[in-house]
Amino acid sequence: MNPYTGRVSCLRASWLSGKTRTKEYRVSQLEALGRFLDEKKNVILDALAADLHKPAFEAELSEIALCSNEVNYAINNLYGWMKDEYVDKNLATQLDSAFIRKDPFGVVLIIGPWNYPLHLVLVPMVGAIAAGNCVIVKPSEISSCTEKLLAELLPTYLDQDCYAVVTGGPQETSQLLENKFDYIFFTGSPGVGKIIMEAAAKHVTPLTLELGGKNPCYVDNSCDLQNVANRLVWGRCFNAGQTCTAPDYVLCTIETQEKLIPPLRQAIMEFYGPKPKESPDFGRIINDKHFKRIRALLDSGRIALGGQTDECECYIAPTVLADVKPCEPVMQEEIFGPILPIVTIANVEEAINFINSRERPLALYAFSCNCKVVNQVLDSTSSGGFVGNDTMMQMTLITLPFGGIGYSGLGKYHGKFSFDTFSHHRACLLRSMGLEKLNYLRYPPYAHRSLGLLLSSLDIKRKGTCTLL
Amino acid sequence: MDNMKQIVDRARVAFNSGRSRPLEFRMQQLKALERMVKEKEKEIAAAIQADLNKNEFNAFNHEIMGVLVEIALFLNKLPSWAAPQPVEKTLLTLTDEAYVHHEPLVVVLVIGAWNYPFVLLLQPLIGAIAAGNAVVVKPSEVSEHTANLIAEILPQYIDKELYPVVTGGVPETTELLKQRFDHILYTGNSLVGKIVMEAATKHLTPVTLELGGKSPCYIDKNCDIEIACRRIAWGKYMNCGQTCIAPDYILCDQAIQDKVVDVIGRTVKEFYGEDVKKSPDYERIVNKRHFKRLMGLLEGQKIAYGGEADEATCFIAPTVLTDVHPESRVMQEEIFGPLLPIVTIKNTDEAIQFINQREKPLALYVFSKDNKLVKRMIAETSSGGVTANDVIMHFTLPSLPFGGVGNSGMGAYHGRHSFETFSHRRSCLIKALKMEGVNKVRYPPSSQKKLDWAKFFLLKRFDKGKLGLIALAFLGVIAAVVIKVVFF
Repeated sequence: MNPYTGRVSCLRASWLSGKTRTKEYRVSQLEALGRFLDEKKNVILDALAADLHKPAFEAELSEIALCSNEVNYAINNLYGWMKDEYVDKNLATQLDSAFIRKDPFGVVLIIGPWNYPLHLVLVPMVGAIAAGNCVIVKPSEISSCTEKLLAELLPTYLDQDCYAVVTGGPQETSQLLENKFDYIFFTGSPGVGKIIMEAAAKHVTPLTLELGGKNPCYVDNSCDLQNVANRLVWGRCFNAGQTCTAPDYVLCTIETQEKLIPPLRQAIMEFYGPKPKESPDFGRIINDKHFKRIRALLDSGRIALGGQTDECECYIAPTVLADVKPCEPVMQEEIFGPILPIVTIANVEEAINFINSRERPLALYAFSCNCKVVNQVLDSTSSGGFVGNDTMMQMTLITLPFGGIGYSGLGKYHGKFSFDTFSHHRACLLRSMGLEKLNYLRYPPYAHRSLGLLLSSLDIKRKGTCTLL
Repeated sequence: MDNMKQIVDRARVAFNSGRSRPLEFRMQQLKALERMVKEKEKEIAAAIQADLNKNEFNAFNHEIMGVLVEIALFLNKLPSWAAPQPVEKTLLTLTDEAYVHHEPLVVVLVIGAWNYPFVLLLQPLIGAIAAGNAVVVKPSEVSEHTANLIAEILPQYIDKELYPVVTGGVPETTELLKQRFDHILYTGNSLVGKIVMEAATKHLTPVTLELGGKSPCYIDKNCDIEIACRRIAWGKYMNCGQTCIAPDYILCDQAIQDKVVDVIGRTVKEFYGEDVKKSPDYERIVNKRHFKRLMGLLEGQKIAYGGEADEATCFIAPTVLTDVHPESRVMQEEIFGPLLPIVTIKNTDEAIQFINQREKPLALYVFSKDNKLVKRMIAETSSGGVTANDVIMHFTLPSLPFGGVGNSGMGAYHGRHSFETFSHRRSCLIKALKMEGVNKVRYPPSSQKKLDWAKFFLLKRFDKGKLGLIALAFLGVIAAVVIKVVFF
């Protein structure tokens, strides 16, 4: 007997009852979520600190503020999003009402990861609630303090008839996935993404997968290298490198590599001081397993900056590896740690070929003072998102769709894209019973009727853009 | 079987040449496709006739016209759809370029169905070409004349490496599905839909599944039953009931059941004459297997009208069944044939409950003069699409997304929705390397002041007019200077 079937059925019954249909209800739940973020801010910050040693600044910005932003944006725009979208009509439907109705799917499952354990569960949840679904949230068990917090507190804010939090590890998640959901939203690794998609295929359940990969960062010769270094270090070291859109490795010429290292040193110094381990603004690796995994990657190229580690604290210093070869360990997997390898190439064309010979990444970065070079990289590659002359900032623009392509993911969300992801866009055509004579054109028998008329309508099409049906 | 890998690899290499990306190339390919449809119209109609016993008028009306309308729409709108779409910015990104760029996915697989073998293959192909992809086209082997014709004529008009046609049955399709694609659009039944999605899982390939189900048709007591039944009969019996959005079964009050049967019977005579078998306008069941399946569904049913059948010609007459039990076989699977069961219910509440207890259908139909009732039916149920007071017609409007929900499918296409389905919407943010002062709000070491400023710059959005923007940009510059002075 599946332990979650009862819960899923209850939520489905709530959805069928129509409880989540009204705008007022959805807004009330979103407001409750906003209140949760506001009232429990300190408790949240403590949980994040306990899980990831997450600096308060980072947590406030990336976990609380960005979530509140989504909540408010959804509340402000919900009416417009929910409205029936009227569409262009053709001659045959001129007198009809034709629109796209945004229907909820039903019961949505959101599975979150451990690196932004609040954000990556709540931001999709905002979209799912706004679209009128009932939601089961499964936070990651690895960020256990945040998991516990969500399981305890979320039900005190949200309607328990329609929203539930489920906790547990891989076994519990498998059991959960045996049930039929109407939409699944997963953030995590491509390996687990496949398992989720297999489970979804059994019930023909649509899904969004926010995965990862190695996000390349091309640095051109013509650059203000201090600014580049600042933006690179910020992106690489935020959350101790455990961000799906962090710049994973740098591609530049040998000359640029040498010129880049001193500004990188300076940026690290300015941000974290001479001993980053003592800085309150630098995080830690989530657990021992990942710490060991990342530490092993240090055996690549040469350590140009940093390289210190402390197993007791799961601390890895902001590190730059130079002269890294493509075959070395650090270039074989998504790093997800504060290590920035530099791979040298001869020119931008080689960089582009390097990028294109690998799986398409979630994000792609290119730095150059010459906008032609930035555009060249943009036009010649493919990625989930692209930023010229910075890292990670695409995450802060709620109006840009966020998602991957190929192994870095499928589907998009943030802002209105979340609402659209979690709604079924239903085609509606409302006709009248009148004007039946016009319909006679389409009824049999055809022999003595309108083939000529139809063919002459084809003539109209050949000359211009008029379409009859 | 190495062949499949070679075909897909060749398509990928052709894509990597870059030639499918420029707008001009895509428009040119669409124009060539249009020429093909117009020049080969007779051959296409003949192939469809051989496969489904469909006459030229129907072939044109049901299939060819839809393709021409879709191409014309794309030729008109593609330049605007393909243009980068700027988005609203925050204060920190005010001087940057932020937009969504529609890009090809790379190699798309389109698997067609046998019931409308031409349009259900070409319409997705049009969208995939327009989005700049290479496209592998796999027509259904069940409608073999159309499949063979498409394999012959498509390469004569459009780029054969970018848009190869693959023919064959289950073994060939299985082998094809082992290859890596960047999107798969499949039209067919739910069982095979699951297999396609499972295969797609291996490469994390997104899919659009156009499946089916039992599309309910509710007839309210308060409606013009003559008109309703004529429209229903048209949609049900076209293509001999082999339409994914045909009204599958009727729900109505017992009191009007007899009238419904009567009107449908009269309408069928009007459409096809006294001897339906002799009508040139009535199609046949596609093959013996489906014929036998449909005859099986008739067992134990009350045939109120029709029921004649002839295995030799795969003919089944337009048939109406009354007082059908919800648990009987004909109510357990998508009929896909000219059998129209009527299930009686007491009122709208019961109809809604009946529909909601079952899998979400591809289409929902409701006939009523009462607008409130129509709106209620839509609001309290879920389905791929809806047409009220008619059937099928929502399919013909390209501005409406065509697709299912739940068991009836995922994703949608037609018109712009095709373009979106086959494109990758890439977020692009192009900043300058200057204005570093403003960026300092987000760098460590942290402070409360920095946090407040960061929130302001990063999260505040503006939808004021141009003047407002200029004022705000000015404010942004002032703020940057202030921060630089205050913090550094």
